[in-house]
Amino acid sequence: MSTKLMALWEWFDARMPSVKQEYKKHLTEYYAPKNFNFWYYFGSLALFVLVIQIVSGIWLTMSYKPDANLAFGSVEYIMRDVPGGWVIRYIHSTGASAFFLVVYLHMFRGLLYGSYKTPRELIWIFGVLIYLCLMGEAFFGYLLPWGQMSYWGAQVIVNLFSSVPFIGPDLAVWIRGDYVVSDATLNRFFALHVIALPLALLGLVVVHLLALHDVGSNNPDGVEIKKVKGPDGKPLDGIPFHPYYTVKDIVGVVVFLAIFCVVIFFAPEMGGYFLEYNNFVPADPLVTPAHIAPVWYFTPYYSILRAVPPMFYSQFPGVLAMGLAVLLLFFLPWLDRSPVKSIRYRGPYYKIALTTFIISFLVLGYLGTVPTNAWGQFGPWLGEAERCTVVARIGTILYFLFFLLMPWYTARDSVKPVPERVTS
Amino acid sequence: MSDAKKPDAKRRNLIVATAVVGGAAGAGAAVPFVASWFPSERAKAAGAPIEVDISKLAPGELGIFEWRGQPVWVFKRSKGMLESIRESDSKVADPKSEEPQQPPYAKNEFRSIKEDVMVVVGVCTHLGCSPKEKTAADKAEMGADWLGGFYCPCHGSKFDFAGRVYKGVPAPTNLVVPPYTYLSDNKILIGDDKKGA
Repeated sequence: MSTKLMALWEWFDARMPSVKQEYKKHLTEYYAPKNFNFWYYFGSLALFVLVIQIVSGIWLTMSYKPDANLAFGSVEYIMRDVPGGWVIRYIHSTGASAFFLVVYLHMFRGLLYGSYKTPRELIWIFGVLIYLCLMGEAFFGYLLPWGQMSYWGAQVIVNLFSSVPFIGPDLAVWIRGDYVVSDATLNRFFALHVIALPLALLGLVVVHLLALHDVGSNNPDGVEIKKVKGPDGKPLDGIPFHPYYTVKDIVGVVVFLAIFCVVIFFAPEMGGYFLEYNNFVPADPLVTPAHIAPVWYFTPYYSILRAVPPMFYSQFPGVLAMGLAVLLLFFLPWLDRSPVKSIRYRGPYYKIALTTFIISFLVLGYLGTVPTNAWGQFGPWLGEAERCTVVARIGTILYFLFFLLMPWYTARDSVKPVPERVTS
Repeated sequence: MSDAKKPDAKRRNLIVATAVVGGAAGAGAAVPFVASWFPSERAKAAGAPIEVDISKLAPGELGIFEWRGQPVWVFKRSKGMLESIRESDSKVADPKSEEPQQPPYAKNEFRSIKEDVMVVVGVCTHLGCSPKEKTAADKAEMGADWLGGFYCPCHGSKFDFAGRVYKGVPAPTNLVVPPYTYLSDNKILIGDDKKGA
């Protein structure tokens, strides 16, 4: 560096030394375990997708109109008339799906290696809050194009709240600001989507990372690298995040971008999974599309909702089950009684439970994309029940059993001895 | 202060008092923000009753009208459709319309003032989609024992031609019959049941 630049930096550093301190604390002197594997790409990728969504989102608001009469047309205007508009919109819509994909893989990593266990409970809780925020962002954002799926999707989700006993109907009216989904709803969802939730999301990402950097990263072996330190006080199995993991993560970003661009340029609708066909039809409050399904990342929960039958002339139990399915994640650190973190040293019970959970999550996800009569009906021996509904009920039960039986099977599982140091 | 560890009672009380008053002010300030989410006066005014002319509806024809932004069906049922309602008594969850999903004058066999004319809000009681008419001719899609009625595409709820919900489907209750009244033989006022209002 030239001496003039050095002098400028020294001038700056003398006036604001915290920049250098924080840079060291979080990058060059943050020691991460040296044995990170493939699954450790998705945390930094999630951060990268967040940046993509914020930047493309800012540009979309420059041409979008949050008005029931203008919204659909303004999206078509972005797609056809705004220079580069189509690519910005496809970046944002593909980014939404990419965000969920990356976050689901990131959460799966946590389940694999027990990253939610002591002392990382807070990191996990902030992470689940981020996930909730993300669901809110996706839901509010999906109304904005004001297509048929936007409209009826919002109608269905807001009506979930009207099933709450006693206050339900008033609550739904309060959320919508009208007796049906209308301009008032669109306008407030826009405000929540572009300001309120992004602010909350950013704040949560900051505390998620601060909490992580306070206790240090977990790793595929689930051993605490801070326990074994060299004479210099640095963990023997740790390497500075920068440059080692920044370089590794750049590889992840390059591979991610290659796939991301293929989707944007060749399959932005992803066969109706990323952008649903019915959403290219303007919202019509009087006609429901023939088949309503949420975007793929919500379909496991949607399946759970559909699987629970109404009780006492109310479909609140289904709503409750769906809410509980998400909220149970918060309790994971306390449901898991295993003495070891990583799946490498866990016994067969947890491996079977996790596999069953992932399979039921995927099956529920698939079932949520198809109508309940897609697989036909069983014969009279099962009361001619719809096959999809029966399978969804089994999947729902397995989903809940993963959590509810966890204290039992993790405490009884056989475990292998955990090494002192990380393995290669 | 002589003893640094001992809290100063006066200061502590002042802090508590300040916090309580400040908290109350904060709660008060939240009121307009919460209130602003309720329907505006303009949205409330849009909920006025509508007049519908049914003279042009043929038997078996379904007319869709907008009231409070929702689809309201006015449906002239044929003899066969009325017959199918009787037949489906054993298949529906609430055959006698015990749940208060209709005004008292529509709590009868066909859930209507006049036997053949059904007036019902075309919004599924499950999660608010608008069901589709599936006649008895749609057996291929709806199953061999389908008598005709309405099918909600969102979550598969089924209703008969009186808007009564089938057993074992996601929707918990029958379709809602709105308040309505006949202004003349062929004119219905939907949204209000007091004549001349």
